[in-house]
Amino acid sequence: MTQLWSFPGGIHPAENKRQSTGRAIRKAGIPDRLILPLQQHIGAPAEPLVQPGDKVLKGQKLADVTSGMGVPVHASTSGTIIGIELLPVPHPSGMSDWCMVLEPDGDDAWCELSPVADYRKLHRDEVLNLIREAGISGMGGAGFPTSIKLRPPSDRKVSTLIINGAECEPYITADDMTMRERADQIHGGIKIMSWILRPERCVIAIEDNKPEAIEAMRKASEGTQAELVVVPTKYPSGGEKQLIQILTGMEVPSGGIPADIGVMCQNVGTAMAVYRAINRGEPLVSRITTVTGAGVDDPGNFETLIGTPARHLLSQAGFHPERISRLILGGPMMGYTLEDTSVPVIKTTNCLIAATEKELPTPPPEQPCIRCGMCAEVCPMELLPQQLFWHAKAQDFDRAEHLNLFDCIECGACSYVCPSSIPLVQYYRYAKGEIRTQRAEQIKADRARERFEARQARLEREQEETERRREERARAAAEAQKKKQAEAEKAVAKGDATDERSARAAMVQQALERKKARPAAAATPESATDKPDIEALEKQLNQAKGKLETMESMLDEARVAQADNVEKLERAVTKNLERVKRAEDALTDARKQLETEAGQ
Amino acid sequence: MSLVQQSSPHAHGARPTSRVMLIVILATLPGLLVQTWFFGWGNLINVLWCVLLAVGTEAAILKLRRKPVAFFLRDNTAAVTGLLLGLSLPQFAPWWVSAVAVISAIVLAKQLYGGLGANPFNPAMVGYALVLVSFPVAMTTNWAGAVTLANAPGFGETLSTIFGGQAAAVDAWTMATPLDEYKHKIASHTATEVLQHPTFGAGVAKGWEWVNGAFLLGGLALVALRIITWHIPLSLLAALGLMSLAFGSNADQYAPLSLHLLAGGTMLGAFFIATDPVSAATSHQGKLIYGASIGVLIYTIRSWGNYPDAVAFSVLLMNFAVPFIDHYTPPRTYGHHKPRRGIPGKAG
Repeated sequence: MTQLWSFPGGIHPAENKRQSTGRAIRKAGIPDRLILPLQQHIGAPAEPLVQPGDKVLKGQKLADVTSGMGVPVHASTSGTIIGIELLPVPHPSGMSDWCMVLEPDGDDAWCELSPVADYRKLHRDEVLNLIREAGISGMGGAGFPTSIKLRPPSDRKVSTLIINGAECEPYITADDMTMRERADQIHGGIKIMSWILRPERCVIAIEDNKPEAIEAMRKASEGTQAELVVVPTKYPSGGEKQLIQILTGMEVPSGGIPADIGVMCQNVGTAMAVYRAINRGEPLVSRITTVTGAGVDDPGNFETLIGTPARHLLSQAGFHPERISRLILGGPMMGYTLEDTSVPVIKTTNCLIAATEKELPTPPPEQPCIRCGMCAEVCPMELLPQQLFWHAKAQDFDRAEHLNLFDCIECGACSYVCPSSIPLVQYYRYAKGEIRTQRAEQIKADRARERFEARQARLEREQEETERRREERARAAAEAQKKKQAEAEKAVAKGDATDERSARAAMVQQALERKKARPAAAATPESATDKPDIEALEKQLNQAKGKLETMESMLDEARVAQADNVEKLERAVTKNLERVKRAEDALTDARKQLETEAGQ
Repeated sequence: MSLVQQSSPHAHGARPTSRVMLIVILATLPGLLVQTWFFGWGNLINVLWCVLLAVGTEAAILKLRRKPVAFFLRDNTAAVTGLLLGLSLPQFAPWWVSAVAVISAIVLAKQLYGGLGANPFNPAMVGYALVLVSFPVAMTTNWAGAVTLANAPGFGETLSTIFGGQAAAVDAWTMATPLDEYKHKIASHTATEVLQHPTFGAGVAKGWEWVNGAFLLGGLALVALRIITWHIPLSLLAALGLMSLAFGSNADQYAPLSLHLLAGGTMLGAFFIATDPVSAATSHQGKLIYGASIGVLIYTIRSWGNYPDAVAFSVLLMNFAVPFIDHYTPPRTYGHHKPRRGIPGKAG
């Protein structure tokens, strides 16, 4: 019996999972159009490799990420690319982004696939590359590229691999059904990931409210290294940090990643995708998505092509648009509402809830906080939600940050239990956003100030230099004058011939001119030999700016997705900012120098 | 199809404040019934009068403050304030004493600080302490003797006593409280002599022990229903008990442990008053410190102070200390080595 730990807090919301587990996984079929966003997870957006009008086959790579973090996007079925347009994508803001629109031809014809007969014969990097090429990103949460996650920093040894099948959020049953029906494929993926990571321990964690899945996974895991652990049902036990605490008793350090304590979590859906990518050569073109809620007559799980519009998927489950009050992508605790049904299913879409007003009623208006402390009782991170709420409301962000605002995982347990119906998580999101904006502005202001100060110093230096040269020239002139005078006096005293005297005067004049020219000459050699290469500097600056942009966009994505690498990316952005600044300074200096030269 | 755009979470499972307060009200009912059984109609009349006045005052102030009256009245918190005052005031306290207590509780202690959730002090105890200091005679001579309802003055008589305008009720109906009696007699008598007084009866303190037992029962129900946590009541009672064991072993000098726990407002204070979330400490550790400090203060004031009972003053004194306690008792957040104390930018 494996020892289990517990995590503080947590809640037991109504599960509402039975509705969607009554039927086997169905195929959602091929919709009229597939909408494939170029960016489906944190990292850089992919760049199209095909043109509108191109015929493509199922599994063909349509777009790839050339620089930065990301994975390619594949055609989910065969057909024609009919456009690359800005269309609404799944995002809490309801924003639009670049998407490839694929018109299926109905043949669903695969491109040539190259399955790997025995991955053990390959190098680990090759297998990781195959996983990347298959476009696999985490299927449970933020969608972090799996190939990158499977390659932890070289100084971090993953000793425990956790396969997350907890699926603690109400309504969602995608992982449950996948485990029930495709346990073998999941195990295939677990084997591959274990082979890559070589952990000492591999744990499959499932909440005890999924007996069928537990049974199926137990059967499939017989005779393998993986141990199956049944964890008590409590939300949010499927949260990465909480699951690690339950299974190992350890805590991921604040701001760190699980690999820091030798742990890695992978979702069961991801394991299945890895298996398919290696053993069958199939890239990630479909996923299991739960469609549920009282707004559909026939809830269940669907094997859905990536890019399938929500509308199509909902219609497969007997959708009644007139019944629903909100459409949620994800679970009722952490998911977000959609504005309409045209957004596509992407790699991270695990659930669609067509909820009626009755099942998820609009909360009553916010009342004053009575400090009852229920929020602190249920907080799995042991934060002080009510203090965070006051500080966020009072815009006292320093204090909110001091009370570890950024450790909040936004699980929503506090809002769930708040008797005053305060949307606490929304306050925390607001505070986090404000703090990030302020930080970015602070960096900008610091840069501007540094630049200004550097410029002031340079101007002063130049002024001093000019002054010094002027003085030198004056001194030289005075000396020459003196010498000339002395020589003239000497000549007068000696009583030399007048013609000889005039010849000497000419010589003195020449010497004087030579001396005058010297300081000017002293200044030139540096610029003559070391002429700055403006072009090269400009190129350098552009490169640095490009890199900064990439990092910033990655950071934005990471923030939106609440990924665990935000801190790291923030550091990278700061570093790149400095790099851009240095390049800019170098360029300005060089330009200045050229100007000075031109002036002379 | 117009869809609701809402931030997560979408599911809610909270007991609204109004229901929390309603449960608190229901949990006091056993105590009120036992009070009525032993001490007559006084408490019931006080409770009704105080609740009525509290709700009326709250409504008037909300109106003055241009706040939605019905929305805030529905939270039932004014009713709880009135109820707690009604339960703790002397049975024959004249109507104007109760009125001063209730109005100052609602107006001064609650609404002037910004209403629900913003009051640093327990409103009911502010009202109670105010009348205790201002009208000491009315607050000490109007306690009913424990006689059971059948022998107590009737409803009409009680009503006319309370609303008759007299500062003190008929002597025949009143009796010193056990804590008061003990405190003032023990200096010149032995414990055995003091306990001869009818206010003590055969048990610990006639009637009072049952009242405290009933409030304990209601309080335990609140803990079981997770309306309150065990931290404050337990630490309060434990600290009071330990103080009594440490200093009060000589019954000829100090009231015994049983009297401390089962007489006066101990159980009402421990489960219903000190646990008022708005004015109490928030973290578990903070609650333990807060509750224990109240227990120590109750014993200190009862034994060495001027007042026979001390729940109101102890709670108020610790209300002062709540920001301080909260400041130094944050929990350790997941992934951190130690709790972050103090304020940002300063060591602590």
